[in-house]
Amino acid sequence: MRKQLYNVGAILKGLSITFKFMFAKRPTIEYPSVKKQHAPRFHGLHELRRYADGKERCIGCELCSSACPANAITVIGAENSPENRKSPGERHAARYEIDELRCIFCGMCEEACPTDAIVLTPRFEMADYRRGSFIYAKDRLLVPPEAGVGTPPDERPNGIPADLGSVAEVKSTIDITAGYGATHRGEILKTQRRGLAG
Amino acid sequence: MLAFGILAVILLASAIWTVSAKKPVYSVVALLLHFAALAATYLMLNAEFLAVIQLIVYSGAILILFLFVIALLSSGVAPFSVGPNKMPKLAIPAVVLVLVALGAVTVGVAHLVVPVATSTGGSPVGPAGTADVFGSVGDFGKALFTTYLLPFEITALVLMVAVIGVILLAGDRSPYVPSQKQAREVRREMREAIVRGGDR
Amino acid sequence: MHVPDWIVILIKSAILLLVVVTTFAYAMLAERKVLGWMQLRPGPNRVGPWGLMQPAADAAKLILKEDLTPKTADPLIYRLAPFISLLTAFSVYAIIPFGADSSGAWAIGNVNAGILLLMAITSIGVYGISLGGWASGSKYPLLGSVRATAQMISYELGMSLSFIGVLILAGTTSLDGIVNAQAHQWFIIPQILGFLIYIITAVAETNRVPFDLVEAETELVAGFHTEYSGLRFGLFFIAEYVNMLTVSCIATLLFLGGWNAPFGLAIVPGVVWFIAKVSFFMFFYMWLRATLPRFRYDRLMAFGWKVLLPLATLNLVITAIIVALKG
Repeated sequence: MRKQLYNVGAILKGLSITFKFMFAKRPTIEYPSVKKQHAPRFHGLHELRRYADGKERCIGCELCSSACPANAITVIGAENSPENRKSPGERHAARYEIDELRCIFCGMCEEACPTDAIVLTPRFEMADYRRGSFIYAKDRLLVPPEAGVGTPPDERPNGIPADLGSVAEVKSTIDITAGYGATHRGEILKTQRRGLAG
Repeated sequence: MLAFGILAVILLASAIWTVSAKKPVYSVVALLLHFAALAATYLMLNAEFLAVIQLIVYSGAILILFLFVIALLSSGVAPFSVGPNKMPKLAIPAVVLVLVALGAVTVGVAHLVVPVATSTGGSPVGPAGTADVFGSVGDFGKALFTTYLLPFEITALVLMVAVIGVILLAGDRSPYVPSQKQAREVRREMREAIVRGGDR
Repeated sequence: MHVPDWIVILIKSAILLLVVVTTFAYAMLAERKVLGWMQLRPGPNRVGPWGLMQPAADAAKLILKEDLTPKTADPLIYRLAPFISLLTAFSVYAIIPFGADSSGAWAIGNVNAGILLLMAITSIGVYGISLGGWASGSKYPLLGSVRATAQMISYELGMSLSFIGVLILAGTTSLDGIVNAQAHQWFIIPQILGFLIYIITAVAETNRVPFDLVEAETELVAGFHTEYSGLRFGLFFIAEYVNMLTVSCIATLLFLGGWNAPFGLAIVPGVVWFIAKVSFFMFFYMWLRATLPRFRYDRLMAFGWKVLLPLATLNLVITAIIVALKG
């Protein structure tokens, strides 16, 4: 009898818990209309940057390709000719392709790049219908000339580019900037700036 | 009258379908239709209670048990898929006999005047089965527990006997639980078997 | 101008049918919303404002889907079964009263043996599930339908017995008579045991969580409607929700005083009270679904026969004795 009463009590307790949860704050972010705030250094889709004069930064050195742990990057360099200079140096990338399905978004390419040409943007919406569509070539990677130079890795606003829409205020999740102590963040930036040729 | 005609046709058709259907489940469906039509007929005779009981007891309980058994037995290949038996040679005389008997009973009942107590305390009314007794639930209950108390109790007793019989037939199949002594014995034998196995 | 009775009844039925179907549609949305909230989700909110067009979208989807019949199925009964479910589910509303005024109860048909007829019609509802599962010609539906049959028979006994206490107190079997008998005191107070038994058996009768062994997803894929698709599945779905609505209505009529206002709050019309009470029960169903896990089958049977049935009998005997002593 006592056990039966205990069970009834357990059911009532369960009912009260579910009832309380009905009014609890829901962590759902209604994604397509509202976007989650990412960490400042979120690794998303790649971007090939330009200099202010419109020249490509990439010099076709293939360091990113060899640094890539997933073998996702293919670079085929070519000589710049005097009448058609694509980049300031002697060489440029004739082909630059990243297979975004292979890519693990680790950012090693970013670190390896001597000219800060390849960077990872916070863009992450790249869904498509065919596997082939995920091989991004220069036509999609390179910043269009009218769009400026591209975002340097250490100057991104709260993880979401302005053209991606409104940003969710997520109070319940961990403060994503808390872990970056001033010194540590400076160290990271120093590493990033190393070899910067601009 | 039109409604009665339609119901009569449904009743007869579904009854014939019940006995002639090749699959037993079709028989159940036909019988369900038959019971529903029968209940409607009772309603037309102002026998509300009887109609409801017809549905609750026969359709809701008995027929669903038929279906339960048929579903369990004849899932996959129906055991009766060969169809109903061929009518034996005696069928026609039998049908005639039954019809004559039914007719005799009907005529007999129609002429038999049985005084029946009614709740209104009015004068006893005509043949048994008129609307006054079967009609409302209250009248039916009063008649059942006063005038017909003895038959009611006897029926209850018969049903009780049936229930006891079923329990006896189903038997006591409590799971086998070995006693402490038997369990020790089994464990000892297993130990010995293991030891023997080790020697080999 | 005199309008023939049958036309009045036809119009009343059409309106009621529309109301019940709309209620079904929004009960389904409400269930998904409530379940969502209880699981810290927002629930459907994409179609229309606040997801209010979701039922229409679901209906369009179900209508446009292919209507499959398995090769092993028995075609006639397979196609017939959803209609049996739906027909019995809807026909109950012919006798359920929703309110009353000086001219009588608001119902299509006010039957003397109302509560009994109600039981009669609902007891036929199981045929839809039972036949549908059998006719699908595959093993999960068959198991589901066999379970449905056993469960329905077992819990119908307890349910009927829990009614009888109310019938003894009210002294009538007509539904508006029962409601009128509760003008001063709702039957939930003297019949609290009967009420609890009714609530439990009602959940079992409508095959809802935690008694949804008929369609236990974890074991039986989808139980009796595994093979059904498109609109035929939709019919079973409608029948389930309409049955839910039915048992909520019965609980309101029998135990919560129907359209009688509580605490003398008679300013609010009776129909509003009726709807409020029914909505509470509907919410309770969803609440249970969000809370309780499914019963084990043998425990379900043991619970029905060894706990609910004796308790219902006890309740009946006690009620009868008290009523007899009071005279």
